[in-house]
Amino acid sequence: MPGTRSAVPVPLHTNGGQRDLTEEILEAVDQSEHVATNEAFPQIPQGEIKAALDRLASRSMVEYETKDNEEVILTEEGQTIADEGSHEYQIWDAVQKAGRLSDKDLGAHPASKFGRGNAIKAKWIKKDGDGWVSLAESVTDHTRVQLQHVQQHHVMQDPKQQKDYTKRKLITTRKVITYVARKGPRWAKEMRIEVTDLTAEMIADGSWKTANFKPYNFNAKGTLGGEGAGGGTGALHPLNKVREEFRKIFFNMGFEEMPTARFVDSGFWNFDALYVPQQHPARDLQDTFYVSDPPEAGPPGPDPEFDTILASMDVDDDQDESDHPTLDPAARAKDTTSKLDYTKYYDNVRAVHQDGKFGSIGYRYPFKDDEPKRLVLRTHTTSISAYVLHRLSANPRPCRYFSIDRVFRNETVDATHLAEFHQIEGVIADYNLTLGGLQAFLKRFFRNIGVPDLKFKPAYNPYTEPSMEVFAWHEGLNKIVEIGNSGMFRPEMLLAMGLPPDLRVYGFGLSLERPTMIKYGISNIRELLGHKVDLGFIEGNPAVRLDRE
Amino acid sequence: MPTIGVNKADFYKALGKEYTKEEFEELCFDFGIELDEDTSESKRPMVDGVEEAPQLKIEIPANRYDMLCFEGIAMNLNIFLGRQPMPNYTLKPPSDGQLQTVTVSKETEQIRKYFSCAILRNVKFTKERYESFIALQDKLHANLARNRTLVAIGTHDLDTIEGPFTYEALPPEQIEFAPLNSTKVMNAKQMMEHFEKDKHLSRYLHIIRDSPVYPIIYDKNRTVLSMPPIINSNHSKITLETRNVFIDITATDKTKLELTNHIIVTMFSQYCEEPFTVEPVKIVSEHNGETRETPDLTPRHTQASASFINSVCGLSESREKLCKSLERMCYKAKPSTTDEDKLEVDIPVTRADVLHEADIMEDAAVAYGFNSIPRKFTSSTSFTAASLPINKLADIIRLESAMAGWAEVMPLILCSHDENYGWLNQAPKDDAKPVVLQNPKTAEYQIVRTSLIPGLLKTVRENKRHAVPMKIFEVSDVCYQDPSKERKSRNERHFAACWYGKSSGFEQVHGLLDRVMMMLKAAFVTKEQGIEGKGTEGLGYWIEEVEDPTYLPGHAAAIYVRLAADSKAQRIGIFGILHPTVLKKFELPFPTSTLELNVEVFI
Repeated sequence: MPGTRSAVPVPLHTNGGQRDLTEEILEAVDQSEHVATNEAFPQIPQGEIKAALDRLASRSMVEYETKDNEEVILTEEGQTIADEGSHEYQIWDAVQKAGRLSDKDLGAHPASKFGRGNAIKAKWIKKDGDGWVSLAESVTDHTRVQLQHVQQHHVMQDPKQQKDYTKRKLITTRKVITYVARKGPRWAKEMRIEVTDLTAEMIADGSWKTANFKPYNFNAKGTLGGEGAGGGTGALHPLNKVREEFRKIFFNMGFEEMPTARFVDSGFWNFDALYVPQQHPARDLQDTFYVSDPPEAGPPGPDPEFDTILASMDVDDDQDESDHPTLDPAARAKDTTSKLDYTKYYDNVRAVHQDGKFGSIGYRYPFKDDEPKRLVLRTHTTSISAYVLHRLSANPRPCRYFSIDRVFRNETVDATHLAEFHQIEGVIADYNLTLGGLQAFLKRFFRNIGVPDLKFKPAYNPYTEPSMEVFAWHEGLNKIVEIGNSGMFRPEMLLAMGLPPDLRVYGFGLSLERPTMIKYGISNIRELLGHKVDLGFIEGNPAVRLDRE
Repeated sequence: MPTIGVNKADFYKALGKEYTKEEFEELCFDFGIELDEDTSESKRPMVDGVEEAPQLKIEIPANRYDMLCFEGIAMNLNIFLGRQPMPNYTLKPPSDGQLQTVTVSKETEQIRKYFSCAILRNVKFTKERYESFIALQDKLHANLARNRTLVAIGTHDLDTIEGPFTYEALPPEQIEFAPLNSTKVMNAKQMMEHFEKDKHLSRYLHIIRDSPVYPIIYDKNRTVLSMPPIINSNHSKITLETRNVFIDITATDKTKLELTNHIIVTMFSQYCEEPFTVEPVKIVSEHNGETRETPDLTPRHTQASASFINSVCGLSESREKLCKSLERMCYKAKPSTTDEDKLEVDIPVTRADVLHEADIMEDAAVAYGFNSIPRKFTSSTSFTAASLPINKLADIIRLESAMAGWAEVMPLILCSHDENYGWLNQAPKDDAKPVVLQNPKTAEYQIVRTSLIPGLLKTVRENKRHAVPMKIFEVSDVCYQDPSKERKSRNERHFAACWYGKSSGFEQVHGLLDRVMMMLKAAFVTKEQGIEGKGTEGLGYWIEEVEDPTYLPGHAAAIYVRLAADSKAQRIGIFGILHPTVLKKFELPFPTSTLELNVEVFI
């Protein structure tokens, strides 16, 4: 197992107490400066030799070189000749022993086909009438002699002969790996017990002083004790890690986090309050998820839970702590609610769409009271911003809010679109805000995520005027790309809420997924959000440092 | 956003300059439109055996109906570049002073009550102009007119018809004519059946199909002009040779009715013998008080405050300079003689997107250059940051779970009904019904999840190649119906975890629960202590065996908490070994244990 270190000594004997190969090698190296293993241990398979040599070499007790050799060996036929003699020898032998062999008998001899011609050529036998007789008392069978030499020494001296025999399929060659071993820098004739790790016992009994530590493999990877890319550690989701970075940026810039626990919102808050006309394409079934059950929303009104949470977070920086007893948030929320007239708000929204109001000529279409009641899955968290900004009209003052949460679009799913994604949204309300101020703020904001330079393009958005798309240079694509949207909320939206005309409000937003995908070179959003995300990616994703990457 | 294709060579000719791609992109960027594609860079479709001429595909903002055609984009850019002034559109009645009239019948109120009209005299069409004229109508129908539901346009060769005209609403059986590009005379009922199969027109049939009367326009000889919003008659169709164009517009929305009229006549009156003149038509519509002459091309007069514009843009421009800027955005503007701060502004009929002084202010900023205005951010006070309590709590649980060796996942919130219920051997509870979607595009998205468990199990299913055990968790919202709320639903923050491995992992999910509880300072008490209010003074929790169809019998426990010694116990969750039938549904071969609880009680 990788990295397992234990105090178990490496056993000296692996073969049941018999003298083992490592000891034999040590013996041989002790006696001879260079030990060729194929000569010293001809019977031992090469694999075993190597394993033993590696054990010794890892302790630097011996060193060895590897040699690739080619050796000549006999084929099956070659072996028969080495054992029994060549075909021509067998023919001669048969004739010699018989004294005379009939033509018919010689033809029946098994070696006759290959041997007769050569025996005649060598003048060992000759035809005598209708039979065969020997010409020599004794003969030297050169083929057999040479093959016997090959059998013993695995070489052939004469290359021409070797070629001839190879062609006659009497011999062939094979590759042989052999080793030449010699003493290493830490030569010792005996293998000492090695320990792989320092243990409590060794410290207690002092044996660490004499212990022989096995060298650590510094090329191997460390371990956390488990499997998988995270090695059994826990991990936070990469998208949530990026989300956390954005939250920190907002907190550093003094923003208060808005409550967003509302996947479902009404047409009123999601569209009408934001001055999105009722015939706007964004309200189409192809773009927005509508809810069939529950059937419809109630009239716009206060949400005591939201108001209490907001009251608990609000800090009035000018408040004199000594004079004002701190009211409990629920009571303060009630106080806020009592100053808000939701009926008037609805009527204002209706009027500013249908007839025009607050210096606007309006869209001049018949406002349908059914549309605000339709329940939708929020298409943006701007529905929440609208609620929070209306609440602000109870006590209009400069403030900064943000949220990062899930939104829903009835998109056809592809590599860059999911029906769900996260929206990052920021809202700044203050007096005397300017358009250039929004650009300056956005430059600061995006500098925090390592985007140094921005360009701003005039754009259309129903609830902001002016509206600006935010562009930044994309190194990979070698062009500027849109990274967010921004603007100043329309008077039709803010004045209908009852906010004072001189309190201007910036709004800006971007998706959490897009900058994450750009930063990490992810081309498919499904690799980042949803159940198809690779767990290994979650576990192995480095810490997020947007300003440095 | 609409994308308009314009002939590249003609367009650059209209702008008086051969732009490089970068130059043109920059111009678009400054003005607030976008070059989507330059087709000279790609293979173009073959039209009548010839490759289509290179086009610029330009994306325009959804509220700029005056840029839905070649003529409009070229005009707006030329004015922006200072190459031409905004034209003066004028009405020119016939020399005898006798206007064409259209009488609207009361019956039209039942189906499509508003009518508007205009005539363009002595128009010179070329192939390009003619095609642009048709394309503009298509774009208006698709965008402003919301696929003809709000507005429909008909254009006719006036020399083939004879006024006075009538706009009526008749039973379909009584309407008979040969529709455009056909010589076969049909009644309206047959026509509707005939167009069922027409890929283009079938989309509009629903607008009038079930009405007892259909809208219909006749000339004095009862020759049909059109049956809005479906089709024109073949008799009066316009051709390249048409000189006098009669334009009928019907609508259910009065504002968009006149706007459509304005856009068509302003874009194409430049091709009249006397450019930028339009012949008005008298509409007689006594029953609803809509008798008038159309179109009315008078610019809308308003005032804008120079100090407001300067203040929002962060500028200190003189009123004269601001007026010059506004003229580049199609306005006519001059400093007021009665008010030292005001500008007298005439908004042309083409600029229907201008609703408020804020729109004029934005145009001044665009003309000045968004990227040229001073960038200075000031703040009137200091601000104190605050994080949402529920997110702080969730972060504690997330970090502790990760430190305990579990990996965070983020599955989707929308799911199918089966995944959320049937596959878990559950059914919706009456007091916690799911939010159901009306119009999902796939069966994957039917409801908003009421449990985090399906997402976790799907994540494991998609990660079966990963080493086991897999230990994953999520802290996120689920959603239930709640009739007491304005939105009839409420989110609830849940914490869920899932173990998947060769052993059941029951102790592991239990251990994670104990760990998280410890970090939330909840003391473990026995069931008896919990019920009797003993064991701890503060927050206490205990578990109790429970039968639940999602889990293997005898291997599930309900989780209870008691916030303080004297408060009532609440059941907040459950954990256990999943029932093998559940595993089968989610295609999980190994034993799996899950944990899920509502964490809102710990805020």
